[in-house]
Amino acid sequence: MTAATERPRSWNAALPKPVRQSLTALPFLLPSLILFGVFVFYPLIKSVYLGFFISNAFHTKQIYVGFDQYREVLGSSEFRKNLVVTSTFALYTVLPSIVIGTFLAIIANQKLPGIVVFRTIFSSTLAASVAIASVTFLVLLHPSIGVLNEVLGWFGVSPKLWLSDGGWGQQQGSTWTLVGAWFTNPNWALISVSLATIWMNVGLFTIIILAGLQTVPDDLYESARIDGAGRWAQFWHVTLPMLSPMLFFATIVGSIFSFQAFGQIRILTQGGPVDSSRTLLYSIYTEGFENFRIGAASVEAIALFLILVILTTLLFRLTAGRVFYGGERT
Amino acid sequence: MTGRWARRAPAYALLLLCAVLLMFPLYVLVVDGLHPIDEFLNDPPPSLWPSDPQWENFFPKGGAGGSGSSLSRYLVNSLIVSVVITIGQLATSATAAYAFAFLRFPGRNVLFMVFLGTMMVPLEVAIIPNFQTIQWLGWTDTYQGLVAPFLATGFGTFLLRQHFLTIPAELRDAAEMDGYGHFRFLVFIVLPLAGGALATLGIFAFLQAWNQYLWPLLVTNDPEMRTVQIGIATDATQNLNKINVAFASTFLAFLPMLVLVIGFQRFLVRGLFGGSVKG
Repeated sequence: MTAATERPRSWNAALPKPVRQSLTALPFLLPSLILFGVFVFYPLIKSVYLGFFISNAFHTKQIYVGFDQYREVLGSSEFRKNLVVTSTFALYTVLPSIVIGTFLAIIANQKLPGIVVFRTIFSSTLAASVAIASVTFLVLLHPSIGVLNEVLGWFGVSPKLWLSDGGWGQQQGSTWTLVGAWFTNPNWALISVSLATIWMNVGLFTIIILAGLQTVPDDLYESARIDGAGRWAQFWHVTLPMLSPMLFFATIVGSIFSFQAFGQIRILTQGGPVDSSRTLLYSIYTEGFENFRIGAASVEAIALFLILVILTTLLFRLTAGRVFYGGERT
Repeated sequence: MTGRWARRAPAYALLLLCAVLLMFPLYVLVVDGLHPIDEFLNDPPPSLWPSDPQWENFFPKGGAGGSGSSLSRYLVNSLIVSVVITIGQLATSATAAYAFAFLRFPGRNVLFMVFLGTMMVPLEVAIIPNFQTIQWLGWTDTYQGLVAPFLATGFGTFLLRQHFLTIPAELRDAAEMDGYGHFRFLVFIVLPLAGGALATLGIFAFLQAWNQYLWPLLVTNDPEMRTVQIGIATDATQNLNKINVAFASTFLAFLPMLVLVIGFQRFLVRGLFGGSVKG
């Protein structure tokens, strides 16, 4: 090496190579690491820890109870009902969002002049925040000023007590009575919250599925047509199989959204009536910030965390081959 | 020619019907925003046609909730919070992604997994300890309290790293010859080459920050510090006497996001799939 290209020796040249490399990388990583430490990892450990304590009646003292609180909260009938409500909410929102999103994406994928206008309209609800979607559905579902019952009346549909009838969600008693009522006594409060959520989801799902449709090669349809497949057969045998990874992706993303849903419940039903729309996250909020049962809320938060870990792992698995290890620099 | 349009008519009719159904809630929102208040107080439900439109509902002087805070104040708060979060995420993600893409150091892969792992811990899971932290710092009702938990993201680091990896390593060698340190190389060479990925992350960060509901609800009590989401929800649920103005404000708050989402749709699609689909 000649003198001209030789770089000046820096102060850390004497250090071993791994140490030197770490010192170079540290300033780039430190901001993220500090923030993750304070707002992600510390809270996770703290939640587990808080779950070991109950506070006394006046919230002046924390009493250590070990795993007793975990056993008590996770084994309680309230927790079981929260889980039923949360899972039902996931079912009520994910399935319709995907069916509607797929339908809209397929009709918006036709080659027609001006189709861009419809694509834009169909995906526009993505712009709606949870607060905007909830207030927008308040104008439809509000007990006195909502207009949906009137509109449904034109089509001969009887009026519903949208936000104020919790149906099976209001039932007390064993899980079996709940399951029985689930099919016979609709939970209109939870359906109301779901309607706002579906509306909000449809924009995103249409975009996702439209992106999927555009990856289906035209010659697949071509050869299906040559084989004499009609429109319906083309949908079942070409579109749906090609779309299945995208639909699975949307299912998991939608499920994660539903377990994180909060604003629509807070604005439309406040978890009621009689806890019929109280999901796991809403329960964490009321226990932690209204009833000040920090320990119980923390136990529920850990349960929510574990559910989300399972869902996110599925999502990572799904995208792993294509995304996560693609393009590793060697 | 007419034959072709006649064949297309059913397709257009279906598209139009779907568009009308999907937009119906927003239509009612706007109509309700235009109604005078006695439409709600006297003989509800309000009619579906604005027979006596009150345009000034969309340009209110005082706050809709009567709290003294106005929509413009909510909007300014949201704008400050969202811009700071967006810039913060871009900065922390770009530097971390640079380390993962261009630097070699012991434990790099493990640390990258740790960054990805943070995606499994959304804020919703950690609201109680995080609220306690913000309270302990004395940051309730402050902008720092509203933004601090969102300044770094595993998703952003991941997204930018994917893009940085497509930049040839030879470029780094050449820059080193020219005497560029790592930081200057990142700012002057890498970032200009990663414009699309930065735009994707930026739009995601902004949209998420703007649309937040749970965290601002927890850390603000002062009406002056409310973000627009909390503001419109509070106004629409607490005071029936000005509910028409609250509905008008809700629609106004929706418009800027609509423009943003339509304008940046292709970046959004790209980001959704972690950069694996060219939208």
